[in-house]
Amino acid sequence: MNTRQQSKLIYSWYGKPLNSDRKLRTSQYKGILITSESSKTETCIQLGDFILVEGVNADQPYVAQLVDLYEDGAQHKRAVVQWFCRLEEIPQNKRKLLKREISAQEVFFDQVLGYDTDIAAETIIKSIMVLPLHLGEELPIITLNKEQTFYVRQSWDGKCFKVLSPDTFSKLKEANKKRGVITNSSKAFIPSDILTPVKKEMESGVRSATKPKNADMEIESKHSTSKSSLAKERHSQRVANNDIKTPTARKKLELNSPTRSKGRLLGCEVLGLLDDACDAVAPLEPSTPKRKVKFTGEILSSPPKIPCSNDKSKSTSETAEHHQRSSDTIRLSPYTKVKDFSEKDRNLHEEDDILSLVGYQKQSSQIPVLTPRSRRTCAQKTSALIAEQISLLKSHGKLAAEEDFLSGSDSSYSSSSEEEEDDDDDVPCTPEKKTKSSRIFSTPKSSRKSAVHTPAKTLKKTPLQGTPRTPRTPRNATPEIPRRIQAAQEPGSVLEEARLRLHVSAIPESLPCREEEFQDIYNFVESKLIDGTGGCMYISGVPGTGKTATVHEVIRCLQQAAENEELPPFQFVEINGMKLTDPHQAYVQILEFLTGQKVTATHAAVLLAKLFSTPGPKRKTTVLIVDELDLLWTRKQNVMYNLFDWPTQKHSKLIILAIANTMDLPERIMMNRVASRLGLTRMSFQPYTYKQLQQIVLSRLKGVKAFEEDAVQLVSRKVAALSGDARRCLDICRRATEICEFTRQKRAPEIVRMAHVTEAIDEMFSSPYVNAIRNASLHEQIFLKAILAEFRRAGVEEATVQQIYHHYVALCRVEGLQSPTVSEVMAICSRLGACRLLLVEASSKYLHMRVRLNLSQDDVMYALREE
Amino acid sequence: QHRHLLELLKRTTVHGESNSALIIGPRGSGKTALLNHVLKDLREMKQVRENLLEKPFLPGLLQTNDKVALKEITRQLQLENVVGDKVFGSFAENLAFLLEALRKGDRSSSCPILFVLDEFDLFVHHKNQTLLYNLFDISQSAQTPVTVIGLTCRQDILELLEKRVKSRFSHRQIYLMNSFDFKQYIKIFKKQLSLPAEFPDESFAQKWNNNVQHLSEDKTVQDVLQNLFHHTKDLRSLHLLLMLAVSAVTVHHPLLTAADLQEASRQHSTDSKANIVHGLSVLEICLIIAMKHLNEVYDGEPFNFQMVYNEFQKFIQRKAHSMYNFEKPVVMKAFEHLLQLELVKPLERPSARAQREYLLMKLLLDSSQIMDALQLYPNCPTDVKQWAASSLSWL
Repeated sequence: MNTRQQSKLIYSWYGKPLNSDRKLRTSQYKGILITSESSKTETCIQLGDFILVEGVNADQPYVAQLVDLYEDGAQHKRAVVQWFCRLEEIPQNKRKLLKREISAQEVFFDQVLGYDTDIAAETIIKSIMVLPLHLGEELPIITLNKEQTFYVRQSWDGKCFKVLSPDTFSKLKEANKKRGVITNSSKAFIPSDILTPVKKEMESGVRSATKPKNADMEIESKHSTSKSSLAKERHSQRVANNDIKTPTARKKLELNSPTRSKGRLLGCEVLGLLDDACDAVAPLEPSTPKRKVKFTGEILSSPPKIPCSNDKSKSTSETAEHHQRSSDTIRLSPYTKVKDFSEKDRNLHEEDDILSLVGYQKQSSQIPVLTPRSRRTCAQKTSALIAEQISLLKSHGKLAAEEDFLSGSDSSYSSSSEEEEDDDDDVPCTPEKKTKSSRIFSTPKSSRKSAVHTPAKTLKKTPLQGTPRTPRTPRNATPEIPRRIQAAQEPGSVLEEARLRLHVSAIPESLPCREEEFQDIYNFVESKLIDGTGGCMYISGVPGTGKTATVHEVIRCLQQAAENEELPPFQFVEINGMKLTDPHQAYVQILEFLTGQKVTATHAAVLLAKLFSTPGPKRKTTVLIVDELDLLWTRKQNVMYNLFDWPTQKHSKLIILAIANTMDLPERIMMNRVASRLGLTRMSFQPYTYKQLQQIVLSRLKGVKAFEEDAVQLVSRKVAALSGDARRCLDICRRATEICEFTRQKRAPEIVRMAHVTEAIDEMFSSPYVNAIRNASLHEQIFLKAILAEFRRAGVEEATVQQIYHHYVALCRVEGLQSPTVSEVMAICSRLGACRLLLVEASSKYLHMRVRLNLSQDDVMYALREE
Repeated sequence: QHRHLLELLKRTTVHGESNSALIIGPRGSGKTALLNHVLKDLREMKQVRENLLEKPFLPGLLQTNDKVALKEITRQLQLENVVGDKVFGSFAENLAFLLEALRKGDRSSSCPILFVLDEFDLFVHHKNQTLLYNLFDISQSAQTPVTVIGLTCRQDILELLEKRVKSRFSHRQIYLMNSFDFKQYIKIFKKQLSLPAEFPDESFAQKWNNNVQHLSEDKTVQDVLQNLFHHTKDLRSLHLLLMLAVSAVTVHHPLLTAADLQEASRQHSTDSKANIVHGLSVLEICLIIAMKHLNEVYDGEPFNFQMVYNEFQKFIQRKAHSMYNFEKPVVMKAFEHLLQLELVKPLERPSARAQREYLLMKLLLDSSQIMDALQLYPNCPTDVKQWAASSLSWL
């Protein structure tokens, strides 16, 4: 057994090799031991166990079942797994195929081909529980160790969801059972029959009737429980968890009792009992439940404790055992006690305090309350639930009255939640809503924080609630523009329809005139996708030639192909250099797209580098579009370097499509090492010719008779001569429809004619200067004349105000006007400067300020002569 | 123009169409007034009012960079990351947030937003023109309907836009010009001065309005106005002139007269530098005259104190009868006073190395200004006047 250390975890084989293949020099094992150096704990994972595997995102490890363990020739420990996929791993558009709410704990039996099932054993984190369920079955209640238990109902093969086939189901079930047996057999230790499930049954009236039925499995698991509780705490916790759950699942079928959650009660009550020592059976003593409940509260109010409640749960099972032994005959579980007591309490539920406390326990039995939440909120909520269950109108009224105390802003929430309660007994109100409606705002911060921490859990707990409302913290604020009150008006006339279609934002069905480029890009990306390799492509072209549109169209087609299983699935990420405040923010955005994490730029760079340089077992190919590449330029060019370096890595599976305006960008601004990594795959989009522009406009106007043929041709010729910018072309056409609408008389059908188009073109391309000069005041015009005269005299296109002033005064005399003072001249000068007819220096130089014309002398002459 | 803008905004609000436009016109041509007027009209239309047109107004002088502008936008839109009056989060977060917010919406369902960028030319100078690019990009894509309206007085604004920003701008420019003629100008003058109908004292209002009518027909008043009109068509300067005139109105002098206007016009058009010269001492005047001579002799070359002092000495020795021969430090003091009044200006920053006497200076007055000022200067010694008139005669 050789060991290898990785982050203080030692992975070693469990037992001897089962069989070994000499040729391949591999040997198979039946289990692996994970030893943590820091905590001196050992975990044994057997074949068939369910495990968590390190993933892209640290918060969301992958779920898998261990199928095989072996050591390869190079003495690397390998594992073969059967994947399960989480909801998050399923593409957004596929999720709706499920047609039901999925809790965060639910996973899908993954039948997608193409994922690497052979992983390094070191990526295994720990073992967990995965329970198979039938489709109709409701989610059983997990009480303890929520992070470590998952359910599987359906399988996912990349396209659709299927019900688990019977033999998969039984295999999974088998796997669950087997583990108990194996552990049991390895170390024989049989504790006395104990534990809550049995008591629970008794309490709920089924009693021993159901007990024999599932005795086998239970005893097994119980055995393992008690055994492991003494041996390894991690294991014990897990198995205990298992133990607790199985009966609850069974209970579910009986459907008669609301009391299901055991683990929580077990936890807190037994702790309470620990306190009590031997004061075990005092069922109706009021002090006991009270104290217990206080315990609950404590646990709840200290959220960080819950995840690491290993020792607590250990002591739980121990004490449970202990208690059981000491009071062998008395089969009254603590739960029953509380139950009885709560029953009693209910009668005198004026005592708000106790009511809510008991209510809490009931609450926890109905919905798995595991999220750290402020205790008082829970109390409030559960009191509401209790009141409902007893259906005492009086108390309900009271509750309503209580809720009326709420601040006005929240009243709508509270009323809605109340209604919900009325409607549906099974629907627990969302905690957020409750948080809002609860009168107690003493700890809004903490509750908010905790809610932020566990958004997934929130989702889980409220299966019938649509989307959970994100709390109102700046970080999670939902970006949203208020809705408009009135619906947008639909286009009425032909012209309006045409205008709508001509808007740049209108998405055309196809991209005319870019078929070739489209095909090139498509082929490039497709080939890379199929090969599973990385690569870069650089696309250039002047603005408005359809670069981004074409690339998006390519991606859309590829996504469609991937959906139809013609291509391996891929992830699509887009960043735009203009939409980043800083080039380094690119890392942050990419990482957020890929994993949803939000980190600082430097950290994101590290994470991304790690992500793309290490072989990920399940990672899909990523297609990254970098728009406006030139803005990612930094002095050291490390952003660009990294971007183009990643695809060259062996395992990156990254395809980059870089878009920029300049054709020679790689040569001009990039260092050699960056340019060489960019590679030679280039493509340039030529400006549209007039025929293409014409085709674009006509294809957009297909079916709408709004333009004359000649008019469209005129526009496209004009634009093609200038820039070939399709946006400009569409804008002109749109403007022409507006002009047409203005000038339209009563005759209803009107199409855009040449005259309208010419007017629009003139409006867009006319030089404003001449017009501005013509509308200037007399003295301003004289001043311009003086400038011209001075320029002609000096032969230089620059003059000081003082020089111009002399000419100016002379001109004024000729015109017979009062000659202005220097201050006035300065005012005129600065006014013309503000319009940028003149370029002037800073005004502090006064008379020595230099003046230059911002337009050609001929233009000024032309403008002034016309007068 | 009014109709054009109105149509544009109406389409945004009613049809949810995105647009961008620039209103260009010289200062005081009523760009903001036009916009406000259109918005007022829009609000009167029921359909539009219900759509709740939001408008963040961004004066370019306050939004010195995109970061500040973004915060201001989020604050004015009252998005959810606004707590109280403050916007949290870094610049990058804010930008991402705002873009996300705007991307969420679509043509038919979200509330149209009107962005008004006052002093648009200042936004152009922001780094990378990020804000403009994003605003225009939104207006060109199927997201939340927005209308971006920029107000500027620069005619060459389009040349300042980066090419990709320019490509996204929809090239609607509304030019505002002061294209009225003098008759309209007189009408505006009357309208500005007349008292409104709801003035409490009716008889006085009538008297006043009659007087205004008289004034507008008066020859001298028309001359004054004509003069101003020739100088500038900016209505603000008319307001300024009228303000000066009206402030002369008192209880004993209840009605505006032509003389008042003339006086105001005179005040309005006085030369500030020449006024300063009136307040100088004889010694300082002498120095300025010496500088003027130097300018004439050396044709506008810069001079230093020593040259001026020499010139002054020559005058004292040969010509002056009434002037006392001042010590050099006294003359230096006078010279520095002129420097402080910015009648002379050093060519370069005063450095520690160069002696003050030899710093190169330039006179900021024209010779005609000096002569005008001397004419008006009270008690000016005749020999000084003669000296000023003839630069070379004393040789």
